[in-house]
Amino acid sequence: MNPETSCKSCPTKRMSRQTVEFSITAAERLNETLNAFLEIDREGALQRATEIENRGTASVLAGIPIAVKDNICVKGLQASCGSKILGDYHPPYNATVIERLTKAGAVVIGKTNCDEFAMGSSNENSAFGPVRNPWDTTRVSGGSSGGSATAVAAGIVPVALGSDTGGSVRQPASLCGVIGLKPTYGRNSRYGLVAFASSLDQIGVFARKVEDVARVLGVMAGRDPHDSTTADVPVPDYTASLTGDLKGARLGFPRTLYGEGLDAEVKTSVENAVDVYRELGAEIVDVELPHAGYAIAVYYIIATAEASSNLARFDGVRYGFRAEETPELRQMYRRTREEGFGPEVKRRIMLGTYVLSAGYYDAYYLKAQQVRTLIKNDFLEAFKRCDAIITPTSPTPAFALGEKVDDPLAMYLNDIYTVTANLAGVPGISVPCGLSSARLPIGFQLIGPYWSEPTLFKLAHGYEQARPFTERPPISA
Amino acid sequence: MPINQSDIEKVANLAHLELAEEELKTFGPQMIQIINYVEQLNALDTKNVEPAIGGLTPEGANTDSSRDDEIAGSLGQKTALEEAPDPAHGHFRVPKVL
Repeated sequence: MNPETSCKSCPTKRMSRQTVEFSITAAERLNETLNAFLEIDREGALQRATEIENRGTASVLAGIPIAVKDNICVKGLQASCGSKILGDYHPPYNATVIERLTKAGAVVIGKTNCDEFAMGSSNENSAFGPVRNPWDTTRVSGGSSGGSATAVAAGIVPVALGSDTGGSVRQPASLCGVIGLKPTYGRNSRYGLVAFASSLDQIGVFARKVEDVARVLGVMAGRDPHDSTTADVPVPDYTASLTGDLKGARLGFPRTLYGEGLDAEVKTSVENAVDVYRELGAEIVDVELPHAGYAIAVYYIIATAEASSNLARFDGVRYGFRAEETPELRQMYRRTREEGFGPEVKRRIMLGTYVLSAGYYDAYYLKAQQVRTLIKNDFLEAFKRCDAIITPTSPTPAFALGEKVDDPLAMYLNDIYTVTANLAGVPGISVPCGLSSARLPIGFQLIGPYWSEPTLFKLAHGYEQARPFTERPPISA
Repeated sequence: MPINQSDIEKVANLAHLELAEEELKTFGPQMIQIINYVEQLNALDTKNVEPAIGGLTPEGANTDSSRDDEIAGSLGQKTALEEAPDPAHGHFRVPKVL
């Protein structure tokens, strides 16, 4: 791969320092308005950029500035997860994806704001204040990876990392007008990602160009002995699939998902995207996902159950915050967790503890895992007839800050189109397809079979070529 | 299965959360609403359905994650203690247990 032409929207190695400095300055300047970053590493990032520039050797991502969600460990930088309980935590190691990306020359410029422990769809659950949408700062960025989506949308960085447990990359990507990918379960190592729901979590990528997502995934994906859920599946050259030729591609259209609860402008916009695919030579096939309506119920049992177990480790003993003046151990645990966690995290720990508690396991958790099988089988059945399924990513464009904070169930329903992919373990990508009348981005989602990232990139790229999304938000670098 | 206020307090205790009165009052109705919502799953007959647990892709399930029993590097005591709220003499110090 020739680094000089490797990344159209990215710099060449000779400009590393200049490009990284541009990103850092933009991040600093816009942070008061957007609150996208929780930490900006000016000194460290510039030093690494200078090293890369001086080294002068070719590497795929040489000198490319990236932003990283604050639940992914970068040695020397904080990893607060948007929580007070890890507010001062500095992990002593790099996540595997960070090792791989930095080895390929990427430069981490900072850590991005997110909903606390990745729990949320609006970024309003961050202990450090919400991220603001660069298209309209009175509106949410989406979540939970809102800071990363905003950093890319505002042109601060070309690429950012997030994590996606129920839509936390795809939904903010849609609300901010950028590409967002959740890969197949087991594609990326989660070593160094602070666990939320281990059977659903997957690290994903934001960028403004499909090609950049493809290139970055190619560097970070693959088996990792530190994460036993990574699968032994070869990593292809994802850029090879960006051919622009969509003739004969079969796109599944699940008509029943375009009904109740879907904003009219979003519906029209996604249906227009379907027409574009038809013009490009794709065949549109009707498909059914009969159990999709149960996905939110299944998700909020499984995700909270796993979270209640994963978050048991935050007890004030080995790292992070500890409550003061607690002379007895159990009291210390209880008060640390009470003071350290925010309301949504506590609510989910409570729900998860309840559904796993004696006498309720079969009724909730087991039942949910059975319905999850039905959801997964729906996809396997649908993919016999098509290469990918097209849906909206989010039922509405970005909503107003504060609009849904007091109604957790209404907030959960934002994830209606995205959670199914996590439950089935299949990959999904959100692609911008226009602006609403209020000039807010709208996105569609493509979901494909296991390991079909090349197909998703090909389809997303084909659309991008036909209908490039060139609009820029009013708050921009 | 209706969930009531005393269930909420019991669950908070199990989860090691010392919830304030105010939180107990808000969480109660919210949890009841969410539990009622998820109970829609009872409408589905899942008697003969295998639960989906772990190894979601066939390739993931077939990946051998075992390794040879060889000693590998680790963080080491000093680094492992650096982020502890109260380290002492190479250990994690906690308040009295009894």
